[in-house]
Amino acid sequence: MPGLDDLYREIILDHYRSPRNRGELAPPAVRAEGHNPLCGDEIQVYLDVVDGVVNDIKITGSGCSISLSSASMMSQAVKGKKIADVKALVNRFRSMMGLDIADAESDTDLVSIEDDAEVDVPEVKLGDLEALQGVVKFPVRIKCATLAWITLTQAMAEVPTA
Amino acid sequence: MSFDGALVRKDFPIFERFIDGAPIVYLDSANTSQKPRQVIDAMTSFMQNSYAPINRSAYRLAGEATDAFEAARSKVARFINARSADEVIFTKNTTESLNLLAYSWGRANLNAGDVVVLTHLEHHANIVPWHMLQAERGIVLRWVPLTADGQLDLTDLTALLTDAKVFSFTAMSNVLGTITPVQQLCDAAHAAGAIAIVDGCQYVPHNVTDVQAWGADFLAFSSHKMCGPSGIGVLWGREQLLDAMPPFLGGGNMIADVRLDGFTTAPLPAKFEAGTPAIIETIGLGAAVDYLSNLGMANVREHEMKLGSYAIRTLTERYGNDISIHGPTDIASRGATLSFAFAGIHPHDLSQVLDQRNVCVRAGHHCAKPLMRLLGVSATARASFYIYNDESDADVLVDALAGASDIFGF
Ligand SMILES: Cc1ncc(COP(=O)(O)O)c(C=O)c1O
Repeated sequence: MPGLDDLYREIILDHYRSPRNRGELAPPAVRAEGHNPLCGDEIQVYLDVVDGVVNDIKITGSGCSISLSSASMMSQAVKGKKIADVKALVNRFRSMMGLDIADAESDTDLVSIEDDAEVDVPEVKLGDLEALQGVVKFPVRIKCATLAWITLTQAMAEVPTA
Repeated sequence: MSFDGALVRKDFPIFERFIDGAPIVYLDSANTSQKPRQVIDAMTSFMQNSYAPINRSAYRLAGEATDAFEAARSKVARFINARSADEVIFTKNTTESLNLLAYSWGRANLNAGDVVVLTHLEHHANIVPWHMLQAERGIVLRWVPLTADGQLDLTDLTALLTDAKVFSFTAMSNVLGTITPVQQLCDAAHAAGAIAIVDGCQYVPHNVTDVQAWGADFLAFSSHKMCGPSGIGVLWGREQLLDAMPPFLGGGNMIADVRLDGFTTAPLPAKFEAGTPAIIETIGLGAAVDYLSNLGMANVREHEMKLGSYAIRTLTERYGNDISIHGPTDIASRGATLSFAFAGIHPHDLSQVLDQRNVCVRAGHHCAKPLMRLLGVSATARASFYIYNDESDADVLVDALAGASDIFGF
């Protein structure tokens, strides 16, 4: 079995101990809720999009180190980004988790994401999120890592189109 | 009847397996149990030597298969002290048994405003079928609350049961390990004019079961938690009640006659066993019942009381306030199923770290989300012990937990 060092990287533990962007946002920010039916974890994502850009994002809920650190890093990564870039990032993260982007339509793990033609997956920078790469070696934890991302995708779908 | 822990363990081939060079510390029997060679062999031998349809064909091989199948029913009847084997209905599992009751007894007897009483300990299998009936029929659900240490709070039981038609409760909690006073609860149900349904899924594999002493009306349990195969379960019911119920699934085997304009049902137990049953699994369940009967269920309970006490003691001695074990503290009112919180570390992370030492525990909501909300947690880690576990398993658990505090820090 791969060592736990692969999974519990220092940066992950740091985001777990001091999660960024915790809290709620009032409307017009949208809210989406995600559940991991396996373990009962719940997460809420609040997303404030102004002119197609993520103006603010906040997260509440409970979960394990992997799901909460993934949520925390995700919130940092998407803040200030254009929605189109966020979608590219979701795809990039998805592919790092070993989930095929082409399968997005049929996969129930992640809500399907439109494949914008101009999205060039490999070019999106994951930054700190790279630390979650080790999760792939522990397949049962992939659902933990992707929970926040599924919820973010749901939140984006809630954003009224101007 | 005799119980020798070391010999019992040798009966389970899975413990010959090593993962990463170390044996498996299986502490997830409340989820599903491992299988002894006796059960594996009985199923294999049946497939190799005796397999044939049951209840349908006149040749000798089919007769033999039918006899073996019905012998399993008699074994189960004796195991729970049923008055007759006809009272034993084979289902897929506890979930199906409880759904059968809600569907068949419930739809025949419950209407808008009728009261069904459940408890805060229940597994989703004893909640959702009643929710479905609530949505369909407008029945009313009432809930028996818990005391601080996770036992049923019976203070207002009489009031809760007033005008109730059904009292359906678990005999042992799959989360807290709490053993409920089944006989007292059955009496209270009857005093109120309600029927008493016992979810025995966790209780039956670990304790002496006597449905007549309880005075119960129905009992549901699953083979896979008592050393038998998955895919087969039991609904026991009092003959009079089963006779009065409409059938559940329709099809072959459950009929006496079928004409173009209708059908008549077969007598018990066939009435509730439509279609080709899980024949091989039933043989396996029969072998599991033999196996447990040979150990003696009183011995099984004694073994688990010792082991449960040992695990609780060693965990609390080593970790003090950093560990909190949910449920009753007195082993006399609980089984060796220990849900715990440890040092604020999420159960998923605990389970991950424990897996490094091949310690298999369940992390999650245990299909009891209302109870989780009551405990104020979204999940717990649960270590559950069975006949093949011994003190060394508890020791590895205690030791391996230290690895979690190393990573996540106290
Ligand atoms: C108390 C209780 N009831 C019902 C069930 C459902 O059993 P099955 O999944 O075998 O139908 C379980 C299984 O975990 C249980 O513990």
